[in-house]
Amino acid sequence: MAILSKDEAQALLKKVLSYSTADECAVSLNGRNTGNIRYARNSVSTAGAADSVSLAVESRFGKRSGIATCNEFDDATLKRCVQRAEEIARLAPESPEYMPLLGPQTYLAPPSAATTLLTATTRAQAAAESMALCAAKNLTAAGFLDGGTRFQALRNSKGLEAYQQSTNTDFSVTVRTADGRGSGYAIGDATDPAKLNAKVLTQRAADKALGSVNAKAIEPGKYTVILEPAALMDGGDLSLLGGLLYGLDARSADEGRSFMTKKGGGNRKGEKLFDERITIYSDPMNAEVPGSAFDGDGLPTKRMSWVEKGVVKNLFYSRFWAEKNKQTATAFPSGFVMAGGTQSTAELIKGTAKGILVTRLWYIREVDPQTLLYTGLTRDGTFYIENGAIKFPIKNLRFNESPIIMLNNIEAIGRPQRLAGCMIPPLKIRDFTFTSLSDAI
Amino acid sequence: MKRRDFVGLSGLAAGALFIPTFPGFAGNLVDPARLLEPGVDVAIKKRLADAGLNAAKAAGATYADVRIGRSLNQNVFTREKQVQGISSTESYGAGIRVIANGTWGFAATNSVTEAGIAKAAQLAVQIAKANSKVQKEKVQLAPVKGHGEVSWKTPIQQNAFEVPIKDKVDLLLSVNAKALDMGASFINSTIQQVNEQKYFASTDGSYIDQDIHRIYPSFGVTAIDRASGKFRTRQALSSPMGLGYEYLTPKASDKIAGPAGSDVVGYKSSYDMLEDVASATKQVKQKLTAKSVTPGKYDLVLDPHHLGLTIHESVGHPLELDRVLGYEANYAGTSFATLEWKAKNIPYGSKLVNIVADKLQPGSLGAVGYDDEGVKTKQWDLIKEGTLVDYQKIRDQAHMVGQNESDGCCYAQNWADVQFQRMPNVSLQPGKTKLSVDEMVKNVDKGIYIAGNGSFSIDQQRYNFQFGGQVFYAIEKGQITGMLEDVAYQANTQEFWNSCSAVCDQSDYRLFGAFNDGKGQPSQSSAVSHGSATTRFNGVNVINTARKIG
Repeated sequence: MAILSKDEAQALLKKVLSYSTADECAVSLNGRNTGNIRYARNSVSTAGAADSVSLAVESRFGKRSGIATCNEFDDATLKRCVQRAEEIARLAPESPEYMPLLGPQTYLAPPSAATTLLTATTRAQAAAESMALCAAKNLTAAGFLDGGTRFQALRNSKGLEAYQQSTNTDFSVTVRTADGRGSGYAIGDATDPAKLNAKVLTQRAADKALGSVNAKAIEPGKYTVILEPAALMDGGDLSLLGGLLYGLDARSADEGRSFMTKKGGGNRKGEKLFDERITIYSDPMNAEVPGSAFDGDGLPTKRMSWVEKGVVKNLFYSRFWAEKNKQTATAFPSGFVMAGGTQSTAELIKGTAKGILVTRLWYIREVDPQTLLYTGLTRDGTFYIENGAIKFPIKNLRFNESPIIMLNNIEAIGRPQRLAGCMIPPLKIRDFTFTSLSDAI
Repeated sequence: MKRRDFVGLSGLAAGALFIPTFPGFAGNLVDPARLLEPGVDVAIKKRLADAGLNAAKAAGATYADVRIGRSLNQNVFTREKQVQGISSTESYGAGIRVIANGTWGFAATNSVTEAGIAKAAQLAVQIAKANSKVQKEKVQLAPVKGHGEVSWKTPIQQNAFEVPIKDKVDLLLSVNAKALDMGASFINSTIQQVNEQKYFASTDGSYIDQDIHRIYPSFGVTAIDRASGKFRTRQALSSPMGLGYEYLTPKASDKIAGPAGSDVVGYKSSYDMLEDVASATKQVKQKLTAKSVTPGKYDLVLDPHHLGLTIHESVGHPLELDRVLGYEANYAGTSFATLEWKAKNIPYGSKLVNIVADKLQPGSLGAVGYDDEGVKTKQWDLIKEGTLVDYQKIRDQAHMVGQNESDGCCYAQNWADVQFQRMPNVSLQPGKTKLSVDEMVKNVDKGIYIAGNGSFSIDQQRYNFQFGGQVFYAIEKGQITGMLEDVAYQANTQEFWNSCSAVCDQSDYRLFGAFNDGKGQPSQSSAVSHGSATTRFNGVNVINTARKIG
């Protein structure tokens, strides 16, 4: 029963609500039907599948709230789950951040999910093709293919009703030369798995692996870099761009503990913090990265401008913080779109006199939350560019850089590509700070 | 971190923070009283497990193991004067792993009945047979003798789940009050508890019942200078431990003072949360005006609560055999410490560096009686007098390095996840000669004493790393002379461990813990401890991390 239709889900939630004796009650159903395959050393290592639905019940008495969950759906279990939420609520302390449940909302209808998905057999075929391509060239592949369908349905005692279904498939592969002297990486994701070609991505990773053998050491220092989208957004909040975007939180800024904090108090919303070519927004209706129609509270998502021509236009406000500060609450998006130009990565390389092409960044950690300084390393394909062409592979480097400084040092912005549920362009940045060399391949 | 976590951290009303997306696997939210109810009787678990083993064999498996797991978690989160959230979760189900046609297959179910487990066993065999068509290397298991019916329990004195939630809330709110009274701008505090009730059965003839406990109290204090907009934090110097609630009853004998002039206290088998928050609040305010470090080479004196994470990243991970062999190439990475590198006998560290792997140490996070494939646990040497002597390996890896015994470090985070090789406790042995931290500092001409772990990053083969900390003190001519800020050190693993010039003695030894170490795709979490005494490293490159963002 993993993927329930809107009618099936709402009928079940309506029944659960009918058991409630609380002042307010909110119920939600989450379900997924997903599968994965993992391989390494040109051989399958594990494969798995998850087919599950779960129900969460939040009961409220005044400002006291309790949540209980279950994953069986007979009437007795459902009743017990509601009773348990009510018992927990009665014992809970009053929440000083209590917000009443939302009433009925109007939602956008993002572009529909894919209808044909991968199966265990087609996943195994894709993995086999990826491995065969590498084995034929005496290369070693390690990859992970994961995806499926998910749904979420919400309903509450104030009349809110919401339902959405989504599909997603993710693939990543690291290809290494047999002697371990070269390594390449490629990653992709898609709403419709037909648009994700594991073979093409494996070929890209294989080319980078072969091209990165015999890497030369260069002196650490400030360099012009071309960061491919994977170097900007792979890793969610633990990525250079993700760390910045997920950190646009009004409360931590207002409290004085964020890079968005204003000296003397308040936050820096409305200030120009970046190069004027930087524009970042979210849009659930984007055809290439359709987003969620609502957040976990049931708050509708809409097109939101986060950074426009270098100016921070919005911060994330929870319902509680928005009311306290007389602002509008923000439903956080499931993905971002960074506006870009028309140039491909290859074209950006052509226009570069001297610089470094970075495929991927790794083990990114915040060093100083005050300046959003991050450290991490290049990985799986780092190349020196001279006179508009890749000249030779270079050894990996550790960087210490803030995305705030980085987005002020823009030389060029390429054509956005889908990555991790976002549209991200390759960026050409000047004065990117590398602080040491690594022998890692 | 995904969007859901972001929303949680942003201070949404208490409830929504703790809704697991898929409670079937992550645990159902239950009444706290439910966590005190006993699990299924061991005789019933044996019958259920046998149903799985028999079904697997009947379907063509040459080996099978069944893990019936009940995972209990309780977390209490507070900030300043309020409770942010309390969650009690229970997850119950069974995972079945099989070998068929020389290939692994795995399936899990939350239908813990003979029929449910048998069905999952059949599915696991089907998956194994399907994957065998694209399998290159057949699985070979190191032999294990069946242990019969045995049990093991974490030797705790007080089950933390039996302590009323009110007591935990009162403790955390009193910790918060202390910080606020002393002038902190903000404080978050937590107590996290885990109880894994695991039953393992295999076709080798083992039926192992284990009851495993972990606890992790922690806090973070923030100080803000509104006028300048500057803010600093200081995290707790507690460690997650394989202990019960007794960890929160402080004993004077478990306290170890840092070097004179540092105002740092370390903790062994019990933790004084109120004392630590007082130190933290004092220190976090000092951090706002501390001198910014001058970059250069310094001798580092590293407190065990700091060094534990450096050991974890630069010794624990590179010696995981699955990484060495390439199984983690697409995610966690591989290792510089390849079999070929080991054969060259290049010194990993100086002669003072003796590092053991262990699954036995009382109070540690890694301690269990048997691992998740039924191997009795042990202690073994990884690095002896600076030389790499062994790796961490499980049953299907031993033959790849010419050995015929597993080290007993196979683990799955839950019944729903397949078990694989995970890091055991990895600890630096204390010095054999008597040496206190004050005596160590006395001999340092230009150095920095670092306590607590901060920012950490290391490359995918574990050569180049950068670590921060919680508090930094300048050492000049054998004396602590004041607090420093903006400190991080960068080093190469082999150069760093070869620069190890002194290790304090057993009296300074204590455990650091990593509560949520991630590995694998899909990622799984495990908990592991790292013991050490305060240790000195000579001539390490320190950078200044201060920046201006306009």
